[in-house]
Amino acid sequence: MPIYVIIVTSLKPLDEVSLEQMWALPTTIDFSSYAQAFTNLAPNFWNSVYLVIPATLLSALLGAMNGYVLSKWKFKGSNTIFTIILFGMFIPYQSILIPLIQFLRSIDLYNTISGLVLVHVVYGLPITTLMFRNFYASIPDTMIEAAKIDGASFLGIFRHIMIPLSITGFVVVAIWQFTNIWNEFLFAVTITTSDKQPIMVALQNLSGSQIVQWNVQMAGALLAALPTLLVYIFLGKYFVRGLLAGSVKG
Amino acid sequence: MEREIQIKRKKRLTKDQWTAIAFLIPSFILILIFVYGFIGWTGYVSLSNWNTLVPDLSFAGLKNYIYLFHDFRFQADLRNTLFFTVLFIALVIVLGMGIAILIDQKLKGESIFRNIFLFPMALSFIVTGVVWQWLLNPSTGFNHFLNMVGIEPKWYTDTNVLAGFQWGSIEFGLPVAIIAVVIAAVWQMTGFSLAMYLAGLRGISDELREAARIDGASEFQVYRKVVLPMLMPITVSVIIIMAHISLKIFDLIYAMTGSGANFVTDVPGVYMFETTFRGNYYANGAAIAIIMLLLVAIFIVPYLWNSRKGDQ
Repeated sequence: MPIYVIIVTSLKPLDEVSLEQMWALPTTIDFSSYAQAFTNLAPNFWNSVYLVIPATLLSALLGAMNGYVLSKWKFKGSNTIFTIILFGMFIPYQSILIPLIQFLRSIDLYNTISGLVLVHVVYGLPITTLMFRNFYASIPDTMIEAAKIDGASFLGIFRHIMIPLSITGFVVVAIWQFTNIWNEFLFAVTITTSDKQPIMVALQNLSGSQIVQWNVQMAGALLAALPTLLVYIFLGKYFVRGLLAGSVKG
Repeated sequence: MEREIQIKRKKRLTKDQWTAIAFLIPSFILILIFVYGFIGWTGYVSLSNWNTLVPDLSFAGLKNYIYLFHDFRFQADLRNTLFFTVLFIALVIVLGMGIAILIDQKLKGESIFRNIFLFPMALSFIVTGVVWQWLLNPSTGFNHFLNMVGIEPKWYTDTNVLAGFQWGSIEFGLPVAIIAVVIAAVWQMTGFSLAMYLAGLRGISDELREAARIDGASEFQVYRKVVLPMLMPITVSVIIIMAHISLKIFDLIYAMTGSGANFVTDVPGVYMFETTFRGNYYANGAAIAIIMLLLVAIFIVPYLWNSRKGDQ
């Protein structure tokens, strides 16, 4: 139902966007609000694209390696290390934000997309590690043993057995990370300013402007949500699996 | 003999074992610095005098914490967080479980329903906030219907706090405007608990329910006595996950209502952001952040501890 209102509102010319007519269909379909939202948001949209692609790939890759070690190469203390890593998933990011910004300034990555990529990769580690660890736990140990007997090394097993078997795992983790990073706001709003801002910050700024043009705002909301919606529509099955995998089953 | 083999095996694996550990080390160090080191640094800042643009790390003791607990805004934040969390979790569980049970009745078009309810999960809290701000705008949307039956809701612009008791300088009761934010948050997150409960219901074998039916249990009793207890672990997970989301909530409220008049919808996340990055009160902001962390830790640490024990 809210979706209906977004679409209807976004297609209306401004003079039809009034409080009483919220539920009514537009008398004429007007795409001008899209044009306006697009002009306003396009640069930020691209910022988000440049952010989300490397961040997703890197964090999935690192998570896969960690998950592989923590599920198939357990050593004394590996469970403790896993718990220590996992805790990072639950912390309120406010509690690391001040040092994080000081740190990014000191290495000249403050207000850069690369800085944001770094942040998302690091703070994505707990969840991607968890997801891959659970995923790899379902691959039978006997398979690894057999490969070891055949003389495969740590990396050989990873390259020739684990990666081919975990394509689904990669898709699930990638979708999860893609959605989370695309939708993230706190890091985006504190680490970047103006022309480096990802789309969610720009959308929020759009609604913060003096004259509230609801039709433009709804068009903007739709535009900002579009990539994750498309992922959801076309890869819904993996999306749901990611949700469940992200829910820390003990 | 067996022991010998094990020892032999261990020896042969040493090199690979070391490679494995070497692969883990970079991530582990990153987490140690970026999570634990930074938390320590935030804690240090929270005990300092850094309340201007210029960093001043001289020791201030608990001054910032004491200030916060006497601060009207922070007291309101704690009250709001409490009511928000309780309402939000209760609704997400009741709705999620209820809809899951309905869908589980072999309803026609099951996947369509599931997809519809899960769909908001793909959206960001910012989008949700922006959209619901429009939907719950006083005298529009839903309110249009309510107006027709003579109720005049003000939703998030309402500044009333339902009667409670006086706590310090604030009225300790449910702020009406919080309800609007809860509605938006529930709309967004119910799909998650629904998915969890659906997965849980799938895990309960039909034979078990059948057995209870044969024993003469009514359909209601089957759910109350058999299904509900078996869903307990899921309920615990949902509570933990929702609690940590709700204790750190920031973007939804920031996009939808901000602090609200008299801070009726303010939460620590918003206060921390504004006081630190808009007001440059870094030490105060750090203290808020540490209190948020402690609140979350109360829920998370026992949970992690338990699941770790379960692992071994």
